[in-house]
Amino acid sequence: MKKIGKIVMLFLMATLFLTSCSKDDVKETAADGGKFGGVLVFGRSGDSVGLDPGRETDGESFYGSTQVYDTLVEFVPGQTSIQPALATSWTFAADGLSVKFNLREGVKFHDGTPFNADAVVYSIERQFKTDHPAYGFGPWKYWGYMDMDNIVESVTALDDLTVEFKLKKREAPFMANLAMDFASIVSPTAGAKYGADLTNHPVGTGPFKFVSWIKDDSIVFEKNPEFWGDEVYLDRLILKVIPDATARWLALQKGEVDIIDFPSPEDLDIMEATEGIKVIQQEGLNVGYLALNTEKAPYDNVKVRQAMNYAIDRNEIVAGVYGKAGKPAKNPIPPTMWSYNDDIEAYDYNPEKAKALLAEAGFPDGFKTEIWAMPVARPYNPNGKKVAEIMQAQLAKVGIEVDIISYEWGTYLDKTDQGEHQAAMLGWTGDNGDPDNFLWVLLSKMAAEKPAGNIAFWKNDEFTDLCAQAKEEMDQAKRTELYMQAQVIFHEQAPWVPIANSVVSEPMKDSVQDFVLYPTGKRVFAKVWLKK
Amino acid sequence: MLKYILNRLLLLIPTLLGVVTLVFFMIALAPGDPARVMLGERASKDKLEKLRADLGLDKPLIQQYGLYMKRIVRFDFGKSIKSGQNVMDEIKERFPATIELALCAMIFATVLGVLIGIISATKKNTWVDFSAMIGALFGVSMPVFWLALVMIMIFSVGLDMFPTGGRIDIRYYFTPESNFYLLDTFKYLFKGKPEYFLSALHHLVLPAIALGTIPLAIIARTTRSSMLEVLKQDYIKTVRSAGIKEQRVVYRYALRNALLPVITIIGLQFGLLLSGAILTETIFAWPGIGKWLYYAIAARDYPAVQGGIIIISTSFVLINLVVDILYSVINPKIRLQ
Repeated sequence: MKKIGKIVMLFLMATLFLTSCSKDDVKETAADGGKFGGVLVFGRSGDSVGLDPGRETDGESFYGSTQVYDTLVEFVPGQTSIQPALATSWTFAADGLSVKFNLREGVKFHDGTPFNADAVVYSIERQFKTDHPAYGFGPWKYWGYMDMDNIVESVTALDDLTVEFKLKKREAPFMANLAMDFASIVSPTAGAKYGADLTNHPVGTGPFKFVSWIKDDSIVFEKNPEFWGDEVYLDRLILKVIPDATARWLALQKGEVDIIDFPSPEDLDIMEATEGIKVIQQEGLNVGYLALNTEKAPYDNVKVRQAMNYAIDRNEIVAGVYGKAGKPAKNPIPPTMWSYNDDIEAYDYNPEKAKALLAEAGFPDGFKTEIWAMPVARPYNPNGKKVAEIMQAQLAKVGIEVDIISYEWGTYLDKTDQGEHQAAMLGWTGDNGDPDNFLWVLLSKMAAEKPAGNIAFWKNDEFTDLCAQAKEEMDQAKRTELYMQAQVIFHEQAPWVPIANSVVSEPMKDSVQDFVLYPTGKRVFAKVWLKK
Repeated sequence: MLKYILNRLLLLIPTLLGVVTLVFFMIALAPGDPARVMLGERASKDKLEKLRADLGLDKPLIQQYGLYMKRIVRFDFGKSIKSGQNVMDEIKERFPATIELALCAMIFATVLGVLIGIISATKKNTWVDFSAMIGALFGVSMPVFWLALVMIMIFSVGLDMFPTGGRIDIRYYFTPESNFYLLDTFKYLFKGKPEYFLSALHHLVLPAIALGTIPLAIIARTTRSSMLEVLKQDYIKTVRSAGIKEQRVVYRYALRNALLPVITIIGLQFGLLLSGAILTETIFAWPGIGKWLYYAIAARDYPAVQGGIIIISTSFVLINLVVDILYSVINPKIRLQ
């Protein structure tokens, strides 16, 4: 018995000793108390799948690769428009079927090899030239998602610092595609050295160099002192995986991490009230909506569709389901996207008007309808069934009787693609920040072919023409005008009841400075510094 | 004895075949088209067909099963659909973390559980016994994730005694070799870097306690009832009548017999811990196999799910084998049968 007592004592003493150990943490000292120096730990919900941005599709993978790699053009911080990056300038040929990029001079990859036109050709060709030595390491998923096979004809190095893309068609959103992670420029030397394993040893030109990766735990990066942009402030950057949202918040409170991703919306009020913590927010690049199948009665009648918009109170839905994680939507594209038409006045909640419209359409006593609810949670719709129930109650007030229907996710997508629904909830998360990426794939006539992306099966010539023109127009001011007009038609014709855009919240320590949220979901630390 | 062990080993083969078959059909018969779920909102018809062909989903079920068995007997679990990496490699990177955690949790649960059980039994119906058993009742009924979060709130954020999660202080930038951190850091203990080992140990305390609480409670209760049973037997009366001190009666004469059912429970619990570590791993950001498997299931990454389940069930079966052998070592009655 005494022996056991001794063991317990020993254990207690060891615990105390360990506790005291943890107190004298390694202190990060800044060189001269300025902006430079320090280690930033970013607490995120999941690990990267791989660090070759051409091969991956998930945001967590890009969180990692984006630190190491650059693209020819990049998104303006906090916006969806683009600016020069590895390319300093570019010119389209008059017919819009080729574009020449002038590359930045004197840029080096982390392995010391020079960045040049050959590196651009290598990084792009590996994704579509079937005889390229690295092609077999694919599938190059995003290349396919962005339909690049039907856009890019060839990539050629004209000289050491000039690259020409020949295009198969006039496609303005192509430039935005080049700002996406999949178009990152990788070191050809490293590509040849690591082969398929480049995914575990990323070598780029970006603000941070890759140091190490422990799967499901952490990725460590260090400052690239030779970065071509402004000097990077942080010494090191660590992406740390903490899957549970509450545990992430606790780790932030304890100070083990500096920024956390995906906080639970319920915690946001407390976080904002906590001393030493600030929360920055921005609408995400997505939209959740209820698509009204215009090929089926009664939604073939525009008055019924408008009545639905008047009868559904978005504010109640957002307050009840999204909380701080969403804002009511009125347009098919999110407000952070260029060309968002803010002059459009949202349908207000007005059951009287809805009733009047229904009467005009020949349904004075309302009708019976199905509403399909998504079985999974998405940022643009965290709880489809709950949203459907609120709609059910709201629509009952104007005489519309709602049956809520749901299927397993795969089946749900299959059936909505085929137009088996009357009205179905769905949503979209954008990729390249170009309005085309929403309006064309979700609402054009072409997208209404089964299996359809346009699950309202809305075939409006005027709208489709405007979007088609904008696709071919290279001048962004003119494109903006076209998309603004298209949104007006969408609003009048009401093929959807837009529900909400998600709101991204990023809680962090007060000491974290100049962290900017990107609508496209990138997490960039090149300009972030820590207040000492 | 040798014959007994051989017998048990032979029995392993049909058991494992059963496991592998069950895993295949469980996944094959799950509702929903995996290709569709994997591709999500952006699937086109061509891509769907291509993925189905890649996964072999276009073949008849029985042929799929044949191909699957052919791979499995060579320990080839294929490549993860999500990451494109070898499933076996992915498991190797993560399983040690789970084993390390489960072992520590089990040591904690066993030592403390047996101790509490014995004390409860010897002090039957006193306040010590009552409070220990009420504590045990709490232990079995507490949801692990809740307990884990409360522990972090109190001991980590509140009292600043332990880290909130992870396996080692990330600012040490420690690179593991075997992924058993205690082993990997042990080498540095005498090379002037004892903080590595201490930090690894320090990070283990809260998750091991959280994971070990339920088994602790179960072991304590089993030990108590088993001990009470044994203490009633005639041979104990004989020993007592010989005037031997009560403490010696309990620890020298009763314990060995009382431990038999406890060992079975320990084996079962250890097996359960390997699969049950998902919640603990998730909350303590522990990069183990439970969490990995959870994500694989969510992403319908079938090769990964198959590999993960097979590895866990195989360990479960192996642990039980070890327990059975141990049992026969302690209890001669079984050996003789």
